[in-house]
Amino acid sequence: MTRTTHAPQRSAPPDFAAIQDSPEFAVLRRRLRLFVFPMSLLFLCWYLTFVLLAAYAHEFMATKVFGLVTVGMLLGLAQFVSTVAITLGYNRYARRRLDPQVELVRELAGERP
Amino acid sequence: MTPGAADQVATGNPAINIGVFVLFAAITLYVVYRVSSGNKTTDDYYAAGSAFTGAQNGIALSGDFLSAASFLGIAGGIAVHGYDGFVYSVGWVVAWLVGLLLISEMLRNTGRFTMGDVVAYRMRQRPVRAAAANSTLVISFFYMLAQMAGAGGLVALLLNITDRAGQSIVIAVVGIIMIFYVLVGGMKGTTWVQIIKAVLLLLCVTLISVFMLGKFGFNFSAILERATEHNRLGERILSPGAQYGRNELDFVSLALALVLGICSLPHVLMRFYTVPNAKQARRSVVWAIWTMVVFYLCTLVVGYGATALVGSDVILRAPGGENSAAPLLAFRIGGAVLLGVVSAVAFATILAVVAGLTLAASASFAHDVYANIIKRGKAEPRREVRVARITAVTIGLLAIVGGILANGQNVAFLVALALALAASANLSTILYSLFWKRFNTAGTLASIYGGLGSCLLLIVLSPVMSGNRNAIFPDLDFAVFPLSNPGIVSIPFSFLCGFVATFLGGRGEDPGKQAEMEVRALTGIGTNLR
Repeated sequence: MTRTTHAPQRSAPPDFAAIQDSPEFAVLRRRLRLFVFPMSLLFLCWYLTFVLLAAYAHEFMATKVFGLVTVGMLLGLAQFVSTVAITLGYNRYARRRLDPQVELVRELAGERP
Repeated sequence: MTPGAADQVATGNPAINIGVFVLFAAITLYVVYRVSSGNKTTDDYYAAGSAFTGAQNGIALSGDFLSAASFLGIAGGIAVHGYDGFVYSVGWVVAWLVGLLLISEMLRNTGRFTMGDVVAYRMRQRPVRAAAANSTLVISFFYMLAQMAGAGGLVALLLNITDRAGQSIVIAVVGIIMIFYVLVGGMKGTTWVQIIKAVLLLLCVTLISVFMLGKFGFNFSAILERATEHNRLGERILSPGAQYGRNELDFVSLALALVLGICSLPHVLMRFYTVPNAKQARRSVVWAIWTMVVFYLCTLVVGYGATALVGSDVILRAPGGENSAAPLLAFRIGGAVLLGVVSAVAFATILAVVAGLTLAASASFAHDVYANIIKRGKAEPRREVRVARITAVTIGLLAIVGGILANGQNVAFLVALALALAASANLSTILYSLFWKRFNTAGTLASIYGGLGSCLLLIVLSPVMSGNRNAIFPDLDFAVFPLSNPGIVSIPFSFLCGFVATFLGGRGEDPGKQAEMEVRALTGIGTNLR
């Protein structure tokens, strides 16, 4: 059994089954999955594309764009940029669409804010 | 430059190197001593009372990653092999998205101290806890061995100690300081050590790379041009293939293990418990991502810069070989003092990472095995912490012995192996138990043991073990598996194992526990974490 971390605040434990069946919780779950699953798939495919190009398309990656900076280098830097963009995007989505819904479910469940 | 001169440059002034390191050790030991107010409860010892902020934990998280292998190793890889080293570094950044999107917040909400807490939440406790502990201990052991074996080479490079006895003594001293951090400081002390180290390391690489860019008129292409002139490979360092060109599929397999394994390493998972709630867990990953992006951008400049200013021949001739690229560049730019700082930070890095691993392994043994399997969840917290401390000392001593024995061996594959193990055994299990309602005990055991087993079996049958001159057993040949990175087979295999075994495993687990876990994971209700 996993014990709860601190002393419980109320006598009866929350009715988890009822919360899980509530429409508010369903909305929260749908919103979360709608973002994280496609996004995870997206960045994995994008990263694997980059890795496969680096592994098999040496000529293409060695094409010079300006100076000695190559396509491969720019694609690598693009991985950094996309990582930052997804991070900022998720942070914003979570603040606007997930956190308020979490608060709503918690309130309905009678958790202190 | 003659080889003798290169030796001298590489080491700088050992007295300064040792001085800076001793100063670092003294400061961190003092901090560890001050922040550890007894560490009597399990919450304090394993999770620092969950009192760190997201920013602090984020920097500590990145500290866990800036190991000697990823700092000296990647800078050196770029300096010597060029582009392939950079591709490797990209994986270390992208991997954090797995932690951000799929793991950190839900792990914080459902678990308490270990990975076992999460995967065993709605399953049969004892077998699943045992499996989680097995996987944690195996992964930590391999990762730790790689770090400690690297310590020997660093000693040679930084302190100019070349005989084995001297190196062994230094490894032992490092191990003992590390044990002290864990024993006295627990999670709080270890986290502070990581924070101090990560800040120092970031300052160093940022300063070096800004200086380099300034020297070349903020023109990256100019650095590249000079680098191609001073590298034996010439323009080949600008395109892929210099390092991994011979076995493309192996490289893809390594990249896959890297991107999926990093956030599933036990000592990283455990870090998410040191913050008070899911929002702070999210913030800590965001911080870690920023730090890693800055760090690896700088590493790119440092790596090519080292070739440009020092030259690849000098780097390869220096004691420590590839690993000496960053220290040599530091010496070129800032003289013996900057070299001393970079050396001390590199050393401190090993110390801090091994401390984190020891803590994760001892927590898993004390919390999963002792408290939940042997005492069936009725262990007294003080006794549990005592068991954790005894385990930490045991693991620390094992790490010292392992480090001394493995010193000088080619154990670089161990890092890749640990990542492949983490991606195969941990990631599939965590994702299934967080997102798949029907997942059950049989599935959990199958995905953990399937991942662990297939990974270990494939590495034994790989070219790392036998069949060529550089193998561990060069005279034997049982290398029937052509890749030295098992990830590309073992990761899908563990997902498959979990899937099939869940359907063969008969009835599902208690639906009440499933509801409890899902609600907790998404909302934090019932955790009293706020």
